[in-house]
Amino acid sequence: MMRTMDRASIYESLNEIFADVLDLDDVDLTDNITANDIEEWDSLSHIRLVVSIEREYSFKFSNAEIEALTSVGDLVDHILAKAA
Amino acid sequence: MRTMPGFSLETLSWLLPAPVDFRKQIKALADGAAPMNGAALTGLATHALDLNKLTQLDRLLERTTEIEPGPLAPVRLAVLADATAEYIASAIRASALRHGILAELYLPDYGQAAHEVLTPDSGLARFGADMVLLAFDYRSLGLDSVHMAPAAAEAAVEGAASRIEMMLSGIRQAGTATVILQTLPIPPDPWCGHFDRQAPGAVSAQIAALNTRITALAETHAATLLDIAGLAELVGRARWFDHAYWHRAKLPFALDLVPLYADHVARILGALRGKARKCLVLDLDNTCWGGVIGDDGVEGIRLGQGSAEGEAFLAIQRYALDLKARGIVLAVCSKNEEDTARLPFRTHPDIALKEDDIAVFIANWDDKATNIRRIAQTLNIGTDALAFLDDNPAERARVRQMLPEVAVPELPDDPAWYPAALAQAGYFETTGLSADDAKRAEQYRANAARVVAMETIGDYGAYLSSLEMVCDIRPFDEIGRTRIAQLINKTNQFNLTTRRYTEAQVGEMQNDPDLFALQIRLTDKFGDNGMISVVIFHKSPDKWTCDTWLMSCRVLGRRVEEATLATVATAARAAGATQLAGSYTPSPKNRMVAEHFAKLGFNCTFEDPDGTTHWQLNLAAYKAPELPMTLTGPLLEVAT
Repeated sequence: MMRTMDRASIYESLNEIFADVLDLDDVDLTDNITANDIEEWDSLSHIRLVVSIEREYSFKFSNAEIEALTSVGDLVDHILAKAA
Repeated sequence: MRTMPGFSLETLSWLLPAPVDFRKQIKALADGAAPMNGAALTGLATHALDLNKLTQLDRLLERTTEIEPGPLAPVRLAVLADATAEYIASAIRASALRHGILAELYLPDYGQAAHEVLTPDSGLARFGADMVLLAFDYRSLGLDSVHMAPAAAEAAVEGAASRIEMMLSGIRQAGTATVILQTLPIPPDPWCGHFDRQAPGAVSAQIAALNTRITALAETHAATLLDIAGLAELVGRARWFDHAYWHRAKLPFALDLVPLYADHVARILGALRGKARKCLVLDLDNTCWGGVIGDDGVEGIRLGQGSAEGEAFLAIQRYALDLKARGIVLAVCSKNEEDTARLPFRTHPDIALKEDDIAVFIANWDDKATNIRRIAQTLNIGTDALAFLDDNPAERARVRQMLPEVAVPELPDDPAWYPAALAQAGYFETTGLSADDAKRAEQYRANAARVVAMETIGDYGAYLSSLEMVCDIRPFDEIGRTRIAQLINKTNQFNLTTRRYTEAQVGEMQNDPDLFALQIRLTDKFGDNGMISVVIFHKSPDKWTCDTWLMSCRVLGRRVEEATLATVATAARAAGATQLAGSYTPSPKNRMVAEHFAKLGFNCTFEDPDGTTHWQLNLAAYKAPELPMTLTGPLLEVAT
C-alpha cells in the first residue's frame, strides 16, 4: 500500500470521511470525540462510517471490534493496528 | 474518485464519476434561489454516486420545501421491507432523480409493514402511496431453515407465498394500484454442497420455489417484478450477502451495493411513469465498426467474424437489433459524408444492421447535438427519449452539455464492453411487452416514408386519401390492456390531462359501466401503426366528460381525433346525452394540444388560474365530418 500510516494522516482522511458521511462542512476530529459529541453521528450513519472506513483502508472490522469502539481515538488505534 | 479503466456494475461505470466538489454543488443548490430546479437535481444525480453522496442528495431533498419539478414526474412510494431499509430509501429517492422521478418516500417502523398494510388508519394509509415496493427477506419469511422432509419445505414455501399474497391483497384494498414486488436472492453458502440442486429442503431450493410463486403472483396481481434475485446473481451472491452486516444491523445485503440496487428500483419507477428511453442513437466510426470509413474504406474497417475487434463491433450491432426487436427505435448520428457513411450498410458482407433498421440516418459535419435534436424532431419524440452511444469522449461531453436530458453512457476503452455498458445502464427498461412493441421500430421507419410521400404529392387532402387509412375503434378489452396502459403512461405530448393509470386500473375500466373507454388503431398502405390513441369519457345522463384523451404523435394530422370525436358523439347521443365536456391541463410537454378541443368545435367555458381550460360541445349542433379513412370496430353498428 502506498499510503503512509501515522496518526496525522489517518486523522486527515477520517476528517474527510466524517464530513462526507455525516454531511458536515468542517470536521476536526480529536482522540476524545465520541458519538455523543456529533449530532449527526447516530446508529444509522455509524454503519456508513464503518463501511466507508473499511473501503478506504481495505479491511473489515469484526462486530466485536465495532462494539468495543468508544471514541475516535479507539478508531485510529484500530486502523493503525489493522491496516499497517 | 478514480475513473475505472474497465467496466464495473457496482460502481455504475456507465455514469460519469461524481464531481470532486459534489458537496459544494449540493450546497450551492440549497443556497440558490427557490424553488429548486428539477433538471438541476437530475443533473447532480446523473453521476456514479456512492451511498454517502446519495444520502447527501436525499438530505438536500429532505430539507427543501420548494421544488419546481420541471420534467420530473412525482411518485409517492412506500417501501415495505422486513429488514433495515433506511439506507435504501435514501438511495432510492436520490437515484430516482436520475430516472425522471421526484419521489416522496414512506418507510414504516422496523417490523411494522404488515401491520400498517392491514390497519385502516395507519401511517401508510395516511401517506397515500401511488406505488408500494415490497422487499421481503428470506430470513423473515421463514425460509432460512433446511428441511429433511420435502413436505415441510413445501409448507414453508406455501407459508411465505401466502404471506406475500396477503400483503398484495391488502395493499390493493388500501387503494394503492401499483406494487413493485421483489424476487429473493439465494444466499451463497451450501448445505449439502452440489446435491443442494436436487434437495427440495435446501434453503436455495425453497427460495427458488418461492421466486417461481412470486413471478406467478406478479402476473395474477398485475404487480411489477423487480428481479433482485437476478441482480444478486449478476454481481455474485457471495458478494451480495454480507452476514456481518445482517447480524450487526439487519442490512439485507452489502451496503456497497445499495447504489446499484437503488438505480434498479429507480429505473423501474421511471419505466412505470413512461420515462424509459425510446430511441438509441448510434455513432458509426469506432462505435458500430472499428476504424474510420472515410479514411479506411469498406475494406479497411474492422467488422465481423475473423478478428476479435470486428466481432466486438458486430456484437454492438446485434445488441442494437435486439433492442429494435422490442420496439426501440434506432437512429444514426455520424460525422461523415452521407454516401460514405452508408457505404458499409450497402456493401460490407458482415454488417448486421441494415439501412432499413435505421429510422433516421443523419451523417453530415454539423454539431452532433444539433443533429440529435433533428432526430428527435423527425421521430416526433422528446430529446429526453433518446440514448446516445458514441466512443468519442469529446462528443459525449458536448452532447451532455448541450442536451443534458439525453442519456449518454460512459464507455470503457474496449468496445467488447460497449453492449454491457448500454445494457446495464437500463435506459430501455420496460415493465411489459405487447404485440405492438414488436412493430414499433418498423412503424417509425414507415412514417419517414410517409413524409417523403407527402412531399411528392403536395396536396395534403389528396395525400391523406392516398394513404388508404383504416381506423379501428373499439372499447377497452383484454387484448388491448397492456398497450393501453403503456400509452397512458408513456404519452406526454398529445395528452390533454396526462392522467396515469396502471395496467390493473385499466383492467378495471374494461367493465365499468359508467365509462366510455376507447382504444384506437390505425393502418395505412405503408404499414400498421398499431394502437395509437386512447380516450376515456365519464358518462352521466346529460353530459359525457372527457377524463383522458391521448394520441401517439406518429399519427398527428391524420384526422384520427375527428374520427374519435364522431364515435364518442354518436354513442353519447344514442345514450341520450346532449353535451360533451373536456378539459386541458397544461404540463411541461403538452402545449401542442392546448387548442385541441377548440379545433374540434368545443367552446371554452372557463379557465382556472393554473391555466387549465374547460370546454363544452353541444351535441345537437355537432355534425360528423367526412373523413379520408375507413372506420372499423364493434361500435359501428351502434353508430349507424
